[in-house]
Amino acid sequence: MTAPVLAAEVNTGDTAWMLVATAMVILMTPALGLFYAGLVRSKNTLNTFMMCAAALAVATVMWALVGYSIAFDEGNAIVGGLGHVGLRDVTFVPRDGTTIPHLLFMAFQASFCILTVALVSGAVVERMRFGPFLVFAALWSVLVYAVLAHWAFGGGWLQEQGTLDFAGGIPVEMGSGFSALAAALVVGVRSDYGRQAFLPHNAIYVLLGAGLLWFGWFGFNGGSGFSTGNPSVLAFTNTLLAPACTLVVWFALDLLRGRHVTAIGAATAIIVGCVGITPAGGFISPGWAMALGGLAALPSYAIIVLRPRTRVDETLDVLAAHGIAGITGILFIGFFAQQSWNGVADGLAYGDAAQLGEQALAVLATPVYAFVVTFLILRLIGLVMPLRATVREESLGMDIVQHGEEAYATGEGAILIGPEASTDGDVALAGERV
Amino acid sequence: MKLVIGIVRPEKANDVLEALYRAEVRGVSISRVQGHGGELDRVETYRGTTVKMGLAEKVRFEIAVSDEFVEPTIDALCDGARTGDVGDGKIMVVPLERVVRIRTGETDHSAVTPVAR
Repeated sequence: MTAPVLAAEVNTGDTAWMLVATAMVILMTPALGLFYAGLVRSKNTLNTFMMCAAALAVATVMWALVGYSIAFDEGNAIVGGLGHVGLRDVTFVPRDGTTIPHLLFMAFQASFCILTVALVSGAVVERMRFGPFLVFAALWSVLVYAVLAHWAFGGGWLQEQGTLDFAGGIPVEMGSGFSALAAALVVGVRSDYGRQAFLPHNAIYVLLGAGLLWFGWFGFNGGSGFSTGNPSVLAFTNTLLAPACTLVVWFALDLLRGRHVTAIGAATAIIVGCVGITPAGGFISPGWAMALGGLAALPSYAIIVLRPRTRVDETLDVLAAHGIAGITGILFIGFFAQQSWNGVADGLAYGDAAQLGEQALAVLATPVYAFVVTFLILRLIGLVMPLRATVREESLGMDIVQHGEEAYATGEGAILIGPEASTDGDVALAGERV
Repeated sequence: MKLVIGIVRPEKANDVLEALYRAEVRGVSISRVQGHGGELDRVETYRGTTVKMGLAEKVRFEIAVSDEFVEPTIDALCDGARTGDVGDGKIMVVPLERVVRIRTGETDHSAVTPVAR
């Protein structure tokens, strides 16, 4: 075997940034775990975080096996081909149109798939069993995420007809949001939903998770230009500006509604702002990014207020924070994209009304596909195994029932029956520790 | 006057509060306790360490009532806390020697009678 050599087109600066950006996006999944875990009751802390860990495990494996190929191999307008199955031909040679090793491009895209699978779990926490969720994660990452990624980024029909999506408003945000709605409907409400108040058990986890997500989002949006060029710098900066404006508007809405600026609200606003700027980051001016950030707060805030009054237990409001804010961002491009900033296309306000139509098409097609396919996947899994825990298990808490652990074990009343005698000579050490 | 002590499942605490409210029992204290009442032990594993959890989380209600409220209080605790499985908890009733309402200095019967709003 000859030693691999850098392909001529690889740019070292771009590669260095994309290595960092990929690691930043990978951090977003445990950050989301923290954000979600803080929002649930203490007896479900570990299970909620483990849904995100499940995404890191299952979605990564499925992405390497088939997902990447379905998303990014040339195929037809709907799905990619099977040329990259098992990472075949994914090497150091850059993919067409990029200046980074193909392998790195694949890893960066994998981190998006992982995060999106983890996002959907927010709809079904506190009741869905872990086993069926693993199966769901495997099927969903290929049948929904990879297909939507092909539409938006991999040469599929939306990309071909000119829909602009900088960093994943279509597959990540709308994809997760409307899948979450379907998942909540199939799995059903928590047993005490509407009768008991479910309060976030640790607001600091929520804030810390949101902060880490924002940090990771600079890699998410800033890396979606696949270079250190202007689009990346624009998207990076807009990822600072837009969520700040969302926070300001959210503060105002909180004040108007309840006389207090709330911490959980602030954490939510950070997510909504980051989501809103995700599709638009590299396409609109900093000024318009600030306007988008402020605007994105309104519809998401409304859904968050109204949703708990329904019988839809979309538990952690993935639809409001991701689906709805994703739509806001995608449509905003249609109005305010500016060729002088992005070098690609103008929106309605700068003379190209057609761009708005192309954006609107994505807003019509993506939610329908995500909702229907997610609904079918979960119905199918439900035929083979029960999707949710029993009422008794739900009241005991998913941590003990699904994982045999507690997040806040005190050790009082715990009687040692292990460690089992091991054969590898560590027995003495293990005994000593006790 | 009696002190009614109810030890119930934590997830049933809200139902008990609701039942007490409906029975017009107003003065309640609760605390989180751990106990063992014959239910099956849970086995948990933390890396190499496997443990049997002998104690379960419970919520303890303490309710001081006048004699005519003893039965309604017991009924409310049973209604709210019962699931039918082992581990539903216990109710204990003990006599009270004296009760003082700190704010007014009222004692005994008037001290355990709710204040009219």
